[in-house]
Amino acid sequence: MIKLFKYFTIIISFIGLTFSTAYAGPKKVGFIYIGPPGDHGWTYMHDVGRKHMESQLGDAVTSTYIEGVPENADAVRAIRKLASSGHDLIFTTSFNYMDQTLEVANEFPNVMFEHATGYKRADNVSTYSARFYEGRTIIGHIAGHMSKTGTVGYIASFPIPEVVRGINAFYLAAAKVNPDIKIKVIWAFTWYDPGKEADAANTLINQGADIIVQHTDTFAPCQAAEKAGVLAFGQASNQEAFCPNAHLTAIEDIWGPYYAARAQAVVDGTWSSTDTWHGMAEGMVVMSPYNSKLMSPELIQEAINMEIAIKDGTLHSFEGPIYNQAGELVVPEGQNADDGMLAGMGFYVQGIDDELPQ
Amino acid sequence: MNYLELIGFIQIVLIATTPVVFAGIGELVTEKSGVLNLGVEGMMLVGAVTAFVTLVITGSYVLAFLFSILAGIFMSGLFAFLVLILMSNQVATGLSLTIFGIGLSSMIGKKYIGTPIDGLTPWYFVILSFIIVFLVGYFFYKTKSGLIVRAVGESHNSAHALGYSVLKIRLLAILFGGSMCAFAGSYISICYAPMWQEGMIAGRGWIALALVVFSTWKPSRILIGAYIFGGTSIFQMHLQGKGFRFPDWVPFDNFFSSAPFFNMSPYLATMIVLVIISSNKLRIKLSAPACLTMPFYKGS
Repeated sequence: MIKLFKYFTIIISFIGLTFSTAYAGPKKVGFIYIGPPGDHGWTYMHDVGRKHMESQLGDAVTSTYIEGVPENADAVRAIRKLASSGHDLIFTTSFNYMDQTLEVANEFPNVMFEHATGYKRADNVSTYSARFYEGRTIIGHIAGHMSKTGTVGYIASFPIPEVVRGINAFYLAAAKVNPDIKIKVIWAFTWYDPGKEADAANTLINQGADIIVQHTDTFAPCQAAEKAGVLAFGQASNQEAFCPNAHLTAIEDIWGPYYAARAQAVVDGTWSSTDTWHGMAEGMVVMSPYNSKLMSPELIQEAINMEIAIKDGTLHSFEGPIYNQAGELVVPEGQNADDGMLAGMGFYVQGIDDELPQ
Repeated sequence: MNYLELIGFIQIVLIATTPVVFAGIGELVTEKSGVLNLGVEGMMLVGAVTAFVTLVITGSYVLAFLFSILAGIFMSGLFAFLVLILMSNQVATGLSLTIFGIGLSSMIGKKYIGTPIDGLTPWYFVILSFIIVFLVGYFFYKTKSGLIVRAVGESHNSAHALGYSVLKIRLLAILFGGSMCAFAGSYISICYAPMWQEGMIAGRGWIALALVVFSTWKPSRILIGAYIFGGTSIFQMHLQGKGFRFPDWVPFDNFFSSAPFFNMSPYLATMIVLVIISSNKLRIKLSAPACLTMPFYKGS
């Protein structure tokens, strides 16, 4: 009897297996988040993108996410968990998931992977990123006009190309307006620690910075600026609600259309490994509404004109001549830095009074 | 650093260090009674989220802190039940309390992430932290009750033989520790960085635990340890902001002037002092409560 039951279950499960593979249900899309979707910063915007994708594709896809995945060996387990549970497309949304993504992608050749802000690809691994530095050029321009003390405080996370590029783009634009502008950088070596980010902001304000720029994920620096009565730029999403009297504008990351297009490609069976790097022109980087209580109408108009110029290609964040800290010419006059240099940027431009951690 | 900058620097250090002092002194009382509670981080998170959610719902700061302390009592009460009554392993139970706290706080706070609130000025709490450390020191070394708690931690069998209720005293010590940790958490979510973000304690609970060993179980040294750690963490940011570099004649000046080294410095400073303290094994043995992590049963 027991033996009969055993055979019966085996047969049933075989039938089930055949049907489940033959039945083309909705495609499953998985996301790996570094923080919680409620951080109102980096992860929040990825989650907004995920929801946009779901609403665009309707019944064709379902999506799941794993939040708060650390950038170490744990990431391998999280990605593998999604890959082994029938997901067709997996987005890993932080730079340091790079090698982990490739490791799991190697084990699951039939699953498609998309790694944000990285540069290593494979047949089933795409990379995608946004040209956040275009937004940094605009906030640099604004900071150059708005800083009264001529000192800007910059809270940086990790010395990776994306962050270095942001500091350089910001400084180049600010120095064009005010050549004497000073930029103080604190490397926090964390993306996510509200207390430490607030401490860093307070330290910079204490040292005379009257504008706080951040490349970390929570709105703690903006809040600290509000409390101290200085100005700040939001990060990744519009943070005006948390610091209405400090928030000048923010660089918003708009991932939704990209996620929808990639998921559609999986549904249609046209997905292939690509390297996407979109900016303002494609709508992946958007500026939050400029704060008209703090900025003059002329300055707002200038910022909007810059946006237009960046979109039509007449303004580039890295226009030559650009020198590095050692005084060597890295981008000659009349040229713009190419994407290869931008993608691997590991040097400060001349004028930044800080040592880049190597 | 001019005069005004120095004042500002000291203010930032005071604000940043206070939560660790609260949590550290709470854990010290628990450990003095012979119980090791590794759930500090979890209790701080639950305290932080309870205070935040209560504040958003009721708008009352008093209720926020009150409920936060109640949450701390609930969390540590759970721990007390497991280790005192069921006599489970204290290390394992404490660790699971932290993991439980991380999950529970995320669950409670899900709906409230990113709700803006008005932060409270931290200065009363900074003063309170010094007062509490003084009171705990006074309690342990100047009152009879303090002596009894220490006796329970040093030798629960002798204390029991003298007629003291070991379990009741340990329960009270655990509950005090839990409420202080939750209070520290609520300070973080209401004064220090007025917001709720998952996992926002970011390891301060573990620092508090290390502080207790650092202080060799002496209340006043909690302050010294906390301010060495807090002071170094803010000072390294100050140096980074100033673009400080060691002069060339210092060996490995490039390494010592780098941002990774600066970020490492608070932990390094704490570790060096810990090594110095524990170089004398006898001193550690004498000051650690002899019955730490030992379960007590009346039959023994």
